[in-house]
Amino acid sequence: MGAALARAAQWTAAGSGTGTLEITPLNESLLNQIVKFAEDFSTRHPQEAAFVFREPLEWKTQLGCSAFGEGYEIDEATVQSEAKGEDGQPLLLLTASNIKVRNFDQLSHLLQINVDKKLKEAQACLEANRDPIVKILGPEYGTVEGEDTSMLRLLEKMKEDDDPQTEMKMKIAILLHQLDMQLLNSSLKHISQDVRLNPAAVNNEVNLLKNFSGKGEDTVLESLEYTSDYTFSNGCRAPPWRQVHGEICYLIIKPHDTDPLCITCSTAGVFLNGGEIKGKDEIDYERKSDVYKDIVTFLRERSPKFVENMAKQEFTFFKEPTYEKNDQHVEVVAKVSGQSPDLDDYSEKNEYEKKKSSAEKSRSTGKKILEPSMKWKNIGLSAAHSDKAAREKEQQRKSTVPGKKKKRSSGISSESVKIQPALKCKMSDMFEEVSESSSETDEDEEQPVRHQEGSTDLPSEYWGIQKLAKYLRGGNPTATVIALCAMRDFNLAQETCQLAIRDIGCLEVLINLLDTEEIKCQIGSLKILKEISQNILIRHAIVDLEGLQIMVKILDSPDTDLKCLAAETIANVARFKRARSTVRHYGGIKRLVGLLDCTSVRSTALIPYQAKDTEKARCGALALWSCSKSTKNKEAIRKAGGIPLLAKWLKSSHVDILTPVVGILQECASEPSYRLAIRTEGMIENLVKNLSSEHEELQMHCASAIFKCAEDKETRDLVRQHGGLQPLSVLLNNSENKKLLAAVTGAIWKCAISAENVSKFHEYKVTEALVGLLTDQPEEVLVNIVGALGECCQEPVNRSIIRKCGGIPPLVKLLTGTNQALLVNVTKAVGACATEPENMMIIDRLDGVRLLWSLLKNPNADVQANAAWAICPCIENAKVRK
Amino acid sequence: MSKKRLQQLVESLSRSAKHFNRGEVECLIRLFDTLMSASHSRFAAVGFDRNVFLDTLHRDFGMTDDVLMDRVFRTFDRGNDNCISVVEWVEGLSVFLRGTLEERIKYCFEVYDLNGDGYISREEMFQMLKNSLLKQPSEEDPDEGIKDLVDIALKKMDHDHDGKLSFADFEEAVKNENLLLEAFGPCLPDVKVHQPSVKKNISSYYF
Repeated sequence: MGAALARAAQWTAAGSGTGTLEITPLNESLLNQIVKFAEDFSTRHPQEAAFVFREPLEWKTQLGCSAFGEGYEIDEATVQSEAKGEDGQPLLLLTASNIKVRNFDQLSHLLQINVDKKLKEAQACLEANRDPIVKILGPEYGTVEGEDTSMLRLLEKMKEDDDPQTEMKMKIAILLHQLDMQLLNSSLKHISQDVRLNPAAVNNEVNLLKNFSGKGEDTVLESLEYTSDYTFSNGCRAPPWRQVHGEICYLIIKPHDTDPLCITCSTAGVFLNGGEIKGKDEIDYERKSDVYKDIVTFLRERSPKFVENMAKQEFTFFKEPTYEKNDQHVEVVAKVSGQSPDLDDYSEKNEYEKKKSSAEKSRSTGKKILEPSMKWKNIGLSAAHSDKAAREKEQQRKSTVPGKKKKRSSGISSESVKIQPALKCKMSDMFEEVSESSSETDEDEEQPVRHQEGSTDLPSEYWGIQKLAKYLRGGNPTATVIALCAMRDFNLAQETCQLAIRDIGCLEVLINLLDTEEIKCQIGSLKILKEISQNILIRHAIVDLEGLQIMVKILDSPDTDLKCLAAETIANVARFKRARSTVRHYGGIKRLVGLLDCTSVRSTALIPYQAKDTEKARCGALALWSCSKSTKNKEAIRKAGGIPLLAKWLKSSHVDILTPVVGILQECASEPSYRLAIRTEGMIENLVKNLSSEHEELQMHCASAIFKCAEDKETRDLVRQHGGLQPLSVLLNNSENKKLLAAVTGAIWKCAISAENVSKFHEYKVTEALVGLLTDQPEEVLVNIVGALGECCQEPVNRSIIRKCGGIPPLVKLLTGTNQALLVNVTKAVGACATEPENMMIIDRLDGVRLLWSLLKNPNADVQANAAWAICPCIENAKVRK
Repeated sequence: MSKKRLQQLVESLSRSAKHFNRGEVECLIRLFDTLMSASHSRFAAVGFDRNVFLDTLHRDFGMTDDVLMDRVFRTFDRGNDNCISVVEWVEGLSVFLRGTLEERIKYCFEVYDLNGDGYISREEMFQMLKNSLLKQPSEEDPDEGIKDLVDIALKKMDHDHDGKLSFADFEEAVKNENLLLEAFGPCLPDVKVHQPSVKKNISSYYF
């Protein structure tokens, strides 16, 4: 625990001497673990507990003499334990408030009698003994940073002499070491959950809340104000001697329903302080509440009215149309195309600069807020951060001032209106956490990898792209189109180029171009965005820059090519939750479903016009496929009338469109409403038909859709009636493609629930094939194979087939696994096999009964139940054997 | 114009300008007559003059670039007589409004080949692109940016590396990337200028 105490615990005063442990959640959990360890020590390790410490642990206790009972000699203010060490000294000695403890036995006992103040006592003990191990085992065991060889030394010593004392020490050292590891692990968990605030983030949040504050019923707050108007260069408002403690600023918040709250925003989070000291211009800095991760979370705890009104605000955010953006833009474009020489108005320039910087800030905080913090990072860090941001800003300004005039044409119109939505977006994210966490499936959630920007030499692509970016910023549509086409000659699939485009601010320009009326510029820009959005960082950047909103708007364009490109780009970008919900909130799902709605769908002989329809539908389906990974979007697709359109396209014979369409169906088949629709709209027939396609991806999605749908009996019958069981059994031969195999075995498993299907499968020798696949498969395949075998065992003949094909040993072997889903199926399959006496003999020989028995202790109830069921036939057949 | 003569004209034009049907040809001829009456040139008998044509381009298609508008006029004026006859008018519009990609590539190349020597040279590009950048006072040589842009365009389109664009170069570049059709400035109708409210507007024939 030495390392944990030295590194993880939060001491108030740095350096040596007697520091005190702060009362923070992290320290509390550390103490709790230490207390638990010490308390249980005497019962868990009775021998080691008797070991007498090298030196007593000594501290000031709050415990009175009266607390000690049996086993102690009480003499006025002194208490000694009856138990004595070899030297005759008592193992516990309390004089006045000074306590000395000399072994774990006494320590455990002490904690046990001291029921309410365990933590305090442990805290006092650790504060007085910064490295308890030294006292317990001796200085040679002291905590050393870095490589610790004390264990090795001890081991050597133990080998040399047979001293039981050394062995004991070894054991204790190992136990303490274990505790140490445990503490470090749990503190790491704590720290990684920690979010570190910085001045920009706080400022941003305050501005945001201010927008929704004021008099009136509907506002979230009555008011919120900083206590100080002065801002230091690092963005903090707290006086420097408080900044040392990580404090950023203080706020006075007046909610509608409680007294004014005076809060401190510090790098560790937000908390209530002692409020303003009357008569003095100062604040009582003492912490009076828990620490919250931001102001909104804090207020949510404190003010019910805030929560209520906040929920109302959410609604208006999303309803607010952004069309005024458009009008403004037209105006500016008109100005530029008229070539009227605009006066270089200085104040206007300033204003622009200001807007830009605040937009920048909001963006940079969005990025920074996610940073996990390490408590021991020095406090100056946040200042350093903002310095860097400021420098970047400065640089950016330098580079944009020359191109300012053009910026006004394509930049300012969108950028100036953009600030508001940027804040809104952040707000909506906060709500997202609350409203969606339960419904959203996170299976394929992607997290951006944060790249550390090194100061290494920039690759040559940077300069090439930067040169072209100049024409995007400062050129008319003709020059812009040339530059866009030239940019596509770079290898946009390469991350260097992708990040170069982002880092030199070209991504903003590309997105701004989408918001113009120039179709050629829009197309050129989308062609680039479509390529670079293969990169996860770019995807997140596009969403942060509000690119999705504009792309959704483009879906209304009359130009088919443009629509297709926008949909394809959305398909790339919408691969994470926030992006998917953005598409939905801005009405993208409805428009994308609209792309599927074409006048004519025929399977053969497409005239060019129909080809265009197919292309449009393909792009729409691709985008919907990405979006359909969110539960709410599945619902939105259904509501937008997507299901009949999907059914229509499912009849097509073009693999390009079939793959995304079946992909969507497969994704959505997790919802009962879709499963019903797939059955009733006659889609099973087409799914079965495409099982025999020559494209493995399509086959996989079809099998996977059947896997999910075949939970219903009627669907299983339909699969059989449309002749789907045979192609499924044929696909078992393709055991190289594991994803396909998982889907196919899953479909077979679910279909085999119906007895009619099992006899069909028997015809196709599926059981034999499945047994052959039992070895060397990934777990998700095994789960399905074993599940299918379990269902096939309904028919007695299959039970003996499994035996004859040598399936029982691998099955019994799987009983030793740990995957719960697999165990549920394995126990069931083994149980079914055990009903045959001949099988039983093999199971028994392989010690299967014992394995089943031990699975009764498995934490999963289903495993227990199936294991118990499996044991039944074992017992029966065991009798027969005798 | 006599009715019979009109019929004959419509007949022959709807064959030569294959993107229009007879009704449309008739409408365009009527439009031609209207424009004729606005023209006060001495060629009044043959067709209308440059000014009327340029006005039309500006009004109906929002074109502003004088250099290119003049080139569009030259391209329409196949007879090189400084006025647009009714045949030139209808046949020109056939490509202008509804030309296939091939036809439009040819048309655009002719427009951009300012001196008609069969190549778009570096100088011609410079001429056409010189207004494409907004003036930046900070730069010492404002032409520098344009020259760079010409280099970028050449690098993109000059496949045989002879420092100028032949028709083959241009055709290949556009076929690879349709956006380059109007690489050196707008000379075709733009969808966004489409104004369905204006009756008898030429651009309403653009699909």
